[in-house]
Amino acid sequence: MSPVSRGFRRKREAAPADRVPPGQYVTRDFPVLSAGPTPHTALDRWSFSITGGREPKSWTWDEFRALPTETLTRDIHCVTRWSKLDTSWQGVSLDVLLAAVEYESRYALAFSDGGYTTNLPVADLLGGKAWVAFNFEGSPLGAEHGGPARLLVPHLYFWKSAKWVRGLRLRDTDEPGFWENYGYHIYGDPWREQRYAGD
Amino acid sequence: MAGTAVRGRLTWQTATVGPVTDETPTVRTLRLEVPDWPGHRAGQHVDIRLTADDGYQAERAYSIASAPGEPLTITVERLDDGEVSPYLTEEAQPGDQLEVRGPIGGYFVWEAESGGPLLLAAGGSGVVPLRAIVRHRSQVGSSVPVKLLYSSRSFQDVIYSSELDFPPDGVEVIQTLTRSQPPSWHGYARRVDRQMLAEVAWPTADRPLAYVCGPTSFVESVAAGLVGLGYPAERVKTERFGATGQ
Repeated sequence: MSPVSRGFRRKREAAPADRVPPGQYVTRDFPVLSAGPTPHTALDRWSFSITGGREPKSWTWDEFRALPTETLTRDIHCVTRWSKLDTSWQGVSLDVLLAAVEYESRYALAFSDGGYTTNLPVADLLGGKAWVAFNFEGSPLGAEHGGPARLLVPHLYFWKSAKWVRGLRLRDTDEPGFWENYGYHIYGDPWREQRYAGD
Repeated sequence: MAGTAVRGRLTWQTATVGPVTDETPTVRTLRLEVPDWPGHRAGQHVDIRLTADDGYQAERAYSIASAPGEPLTITVERLDDGEVSPYLTEEAQPGDQLEVRGPIGGYFVWEAESGGPLLLAAGGSGVVPLRAIVRHRSQVGSSVPVKLLYSSRSFQDVIYSSELDFPPDGVEVIQTLTRSQPPSWHGYARRVDRQMLAEVAWPTADRPLAYVCGPTSFVESVAAGLVGLGYPAERVKTERFGATGQ
């Protein structure tokens, strides 16, 4: 039983329980949370690669942008407790990218400019659940929000949607990435409030 | 790195509000008495949960203001559109109860073996975790030289002003007031810019370590400025406050 905090009252409108996971509140802003300086990689030096399959596969920016894209609207949920509803994105589905690789691995480690990593099961990247997104609300994704391109896996806490993503390392074991090594949950399902290790 | 991970499951614990100190008209420091607090490291944060008498709950994260070994203390800035911060800064009194969960985070942390020299750059209430670092440095008897570059809007918005007036040996405090300055002000009087960083920051040859904390615009500009001065990105640790919400 949680103790009552004397004098504390709800000030915000009730969040729709089917849209906002437990412990979250809705914001209209788009807060920025990153562990280091914002990297700036020129598009002519950018690539997206997938290693760990039978053959490594890599796309230049132009090759990546020639792939079929999807436009989608999703709610996103940050472990720091803000949720943002109806965000619109354009990106390339991971179904498209992973179809170019032969592999048997069950896990992936996404890696980014600046050294950031995060781990995900491959199953969470397939089936229309994950994208490499380059447009946000109709405009190129700003560097502070992960541009030129970030991973977008909206069904997991947003630290899994790696900013400045440059590729995936496929692997047989689920090895923790950057925040997962600092005590955050290995999987990160907001609906089960998997914020920290052991939740 | 794995050694810094939080072990086991973090559980909510009941905390009793202890002494409170008003730092500025909108910022308050609260000591939280937690019987089984597991201890924390300098730079970590803690989750706070409030429960209303109708069962409604709200949770937010706050930086820890106290050094390891000191009682758990947070310093909270009131955000007008906030839900938790107005309660903590205006309503909560000694003896009131809330819940805490933590400590959280292991990256924006300084320990003696992290070394230095240290450049600590704070915008507004971003000074809170950096104050924990300065106190921890004193506590462990570290002689790592520290420069604390602290940007506030005005003189009355300076948090921990009495501590900052008498910093420990080896800690230099450089302040800038961006919006208004008292007549006798001798510090900087503008937003932190590249030139100010060049004047204040340790030369890269000293292999400095930087911690930058504050609102997004402050952190983006200071971190980019330091990288522009030649600081390796991996030696610039950042903690950004979102535009809303605490």
